[in-house]
Amino acid sequence: MKPEKALIFELSKPGRIAYSLPECDVPELEAEALIPAELLRGKPAELPEVYEVDVIRHYTELSRRNFGIDNGFYPLGSCTMKYNPKINEDVARFAGFAKIHPYQPEESIQGALELLYTLQNDIASLTGMDQVTLQPAAGAHGEWTGLMLIRAYHESRGEVRTKVIVPDSSHGTNPASATVAGFDTITIKSDGSGMVDLDALRAAVGSDTAALMLTNPSTLGLFEEKIVEIAEIVHEAGGLLYYDGANSNAIMGIARPGDMGFDVVHLNLHKTMSTPHGGGGPGAGPVGVKSRLIPFLPKPVVEKREDGTFYFDFDRPQSIGRVKAFYGNFGILVRAYTYIRTYGPDGLRRVSELAVLNANYMMHRLAPYYEVAYPGICKHEFVLSGRKLKQYGVRTLDVAKRLLDFGYHPPTIYFPLNVEECIMIEPTETESKETLDGFIDAMIQIAQEAENNPELVINAPYTTVVKRLDETSAARKPVLNCTCG
Amino acid sequence: MKHRYLPVTEQDQADMLAVIGAESIEELFTDIPAAVRYSGVMPMSSRLGEPELLRHMRELADRNADSDRYPSFLGAGLYDHHIPVVLNHVISRSEFYTAYTPYQPEISQGELQAIFEFQSYICELTGMRVANASMYDGATALAEAAALAAGATKRKQIIVSRTVHPEAREILITSALGLNLDVIEIGYKDGVTDLAALEAAITEETAAVLIQTPNFFGCVENIRAVEPLIHAKKGLLVLSTNPMSLGLLESPGRLGADVVVGDAQPLGIPASLGGPTCGFFAVSEPLMRRIPGRIVGQTVDQEGRRGFVLTLQAREQHIRREKATSNICSNQALLALCASVYMSTLGKAGMQEAALLNLRKSHYAANQAAASASLTLAFASPFFNEFVVRLPEAADLKAVNSKLLKAGFIGGYDLGEEYHELKGHMLIAVTERRTKDEIDRFVSQLEACL
Repeated sequence: MKPEKALIFELSKPGRIAYSLPECDVPELEAEALIPAELLRGKPAELPEVYEVDVIRHYTELSRRNFGIDNGFYPLGSCTMKYNPKINEDVARFAGFAKIHPYQPEESIQGALELLYTLQNDIASLTGMDQVTLQPAAGAHGEWTGLMLIRAYHESRGEVRTKVIVPDSSHGTNPASATVAGFDTITIKSDGSGMVDLDALRAAVGSDTAALMLTNPSTLGLFEEKIVEIAEIVHEAGGLLYYDGANSNAIMGIARPGDMGFDVVHLNLHKTMSTPHGGGGPGAGPVGVKSRLIPFLPKPVVEKREDGTFYFDFDRPQSIGRVKAFYGNFGILVRAYTYIRTYGPDGLRRVSELAVLNANYMMHRLAPYYEVAYPGICKHEFVLSGRKLKQYGVRTLDVAKRLLDFGYHPPTIYFPLNVEECIMIEPTETESKETLDGFIDAMIQIAQEAENNPELVINAPYTTVVKRLDETSAARKPVLNCTCG
Repeated sequence: MKHRYLPVTEQDQADMLAVIGAESIEELFTDIPAAVRYSGVMPMSSRLGEPELLRHMRELADRNADSDRYPSFLGAGLYDHHIPVVLNHVISRSEFYTAYTPYQPEISQGELQAIFEFQSYICELTGMRVANASMYDGATALAEAAALAAGATKRKQIIVSRTVHPEAREILITSALGLNLDVIEIGYKDGVTDLAALEAAITEETAAVLIQTPNFFGCVENIRAVEPLIHAKKGLLVLSTNPMSLGLLESPGRLGADVVVGDAQPLGIPASLGGPTCGFFAVSEPLMRRIPGRIVGQTVDQEGRRGFVLTLQAREQHIRREKATSNICSNQALLALCASVYMSTLGKAGMQEAALLNLRKSHYAANQAAASASLTLAFASPFFNEFVVRLPEAADLKAVNSKLLKAGFIGGYDLGEEYHELKGHMLIAVTERRTKDEIDRFVSQLEACL
């Protein structure tokens, strides 16, 4: 049995320190002389007392119990786990980017403003939109921002539109964002080939339709071939089209949401633009809009003067207001801009071509062993069903856990919800054929194991620092921290 | 084209297409209708090689005045604290920063434990029972707290003090529109919330009172007087706080808060033009299942070993969709890790010492300003590491700050921008990083700029 890892609190020993603070070179007044006693802390926070080596060894050990892209293949569908370039990390740490304050005089942050301005324009070009806000901190934040823009647009025209339509294959954030923006959600079923069912869409739209939210290519990895008709149906009803950019890695320079008829777009820079996921964040979810929605964009927007200087434009009377403190996750925007410049427009197109090539190659090689949910060509990802293995008592969850023993991060599983025993694979363009072949061979071996020795798969994993964890009791009797007694 | 991040060779491409049964990559895109295909070259920034790109980025960065070269007296929600050297080494471990959300717990125990420890740190510091894995920032966390309060009390009215950060109030107002909430602002007296006005405003319809302490002016609010007012009407007390101040100030939990939010930026996170920072969110036990975002819980594996998993997911968007408590998905996990390493490094004694240093240095600076001929302190209320000075009648703060910049300083925040009654008032932040010499030179330079 492998030993448990101690909590940092369990390493504490009174009298040890790991810090070095500046000397006090001003009069050493007592806190009680400056703050009323009843507002001072009755007892100090019981934080651990450790020394610097403890800190480094503790977190190094934790890092060794974690799996990132730098550890190996991470084909997590709809998450675009591509390589996170190291140059991005280095430049974001330049003091001229990391140690600047948003309220500094405008003349002292011209380099930062130029970067933001250029990135706004680059994202507008990439998506075929007219203007971009960089404020939203993540994809879901971008969705909510976009929906608030749509709401403001309809209201400005004196229209009350309360419904947002989403397909059943959509990300959970879509309906959740609609709720937070004050809309009701209508979910429509996909048709037999995984596309938006046009009849269902026609039946759903009406004078109360605010927007249709669509991910294209969809979470099934399929391009909505009837996108032009879809846009017409929604626009004729007076609604707008919202593009969830989670899957943009398939189409850069090949097809732009703006040209497909979308009015509002968000991109996940932590997916398409290679910025690291950080174990769950930070991300960035810039939102692009067509010209008729520009007046409503969150303020401020970065603009350029005729003399070549840059400034924040706060004078936007129809703006929905602010959605995030300051100007968005700037450090992430620096990384995304750096990424764009490592490729340029032709390079980004090549990125998408190779992401799609890799996905189709994997799909074809895996097709004899797992059921392809929607045969044909896929875009940057594809969806398998593991239901064939159920006859052996093996579920998709077991396949995922067995993959851990081969040193891979498993694909996304049980999403989208409309495919039974779903396995959603997105290889990305930064993986080599050798890596893909290794993973495919592991998947084939697991399919064979499921048939010949299902117990082996059902009891996986064997090589990880813990075995499968009891999630039910974690939720039933929650232990959410180690300090509050 | 060849590129250092792209491994597919011409031979690979040919072999892979043969397996697929396609003649060309172009064939893989035939499902995209011609009408929406893009055939041009997107008009955007061009490609640069690594050396040229480094030079270009350095050039952009060098056109910004950073707080390593310019001693900063600017706070207003983002502070120039010392960042212990170990922090960058830990968050640069790519096992952390290149990982996704820990959905596969067996290979994500490091991140899950780090989040569990972050939750523990936040609970200990704030005196609350439950904390989540992080929010985008302190300002959006405050808006989420208002949403939580409305849901928990089934009331629609939110009362917010004007001493709360103006940008947090702006986000609250944007959010309130979507959530159909009523936001009422309460004024201030001598730099702290006007208690008489607050008492008069609270009714049986009030879902929550939102107070920031230390507030936007740096003043410490008298929460002991606020708490009974809102609880008498069965509304919730939501406090936004600066975690650095909690090394000294009473924990919000002991002051009776139901929800505590804030931004962990002071805990070792660089200002970075305002983001990414890290919001935190903590609640009392009865509100546990209403908390937004991800939460990590402790459990055991099949062999009885301690382990950690994402838990209480029945609140979240990927399960509940339109019925979720919030739409948040990605959060600020890497910055939560950064704040955790900061708190591990400072520890019990360091957090107290850092807070005391901030308190002493800011009071020294305030005394120096007050002793000068042309500056006066605007408020007499107790403050932490930030205070407000009134400049002479005719002073133009924008011009003053430009002059200070030329003299090598980043000056304070121009309060007249958001508070018209405070035209000519500067909000000055003094952290432990500022030396007595810098403070003395800043005060005399400020006078010289008038």
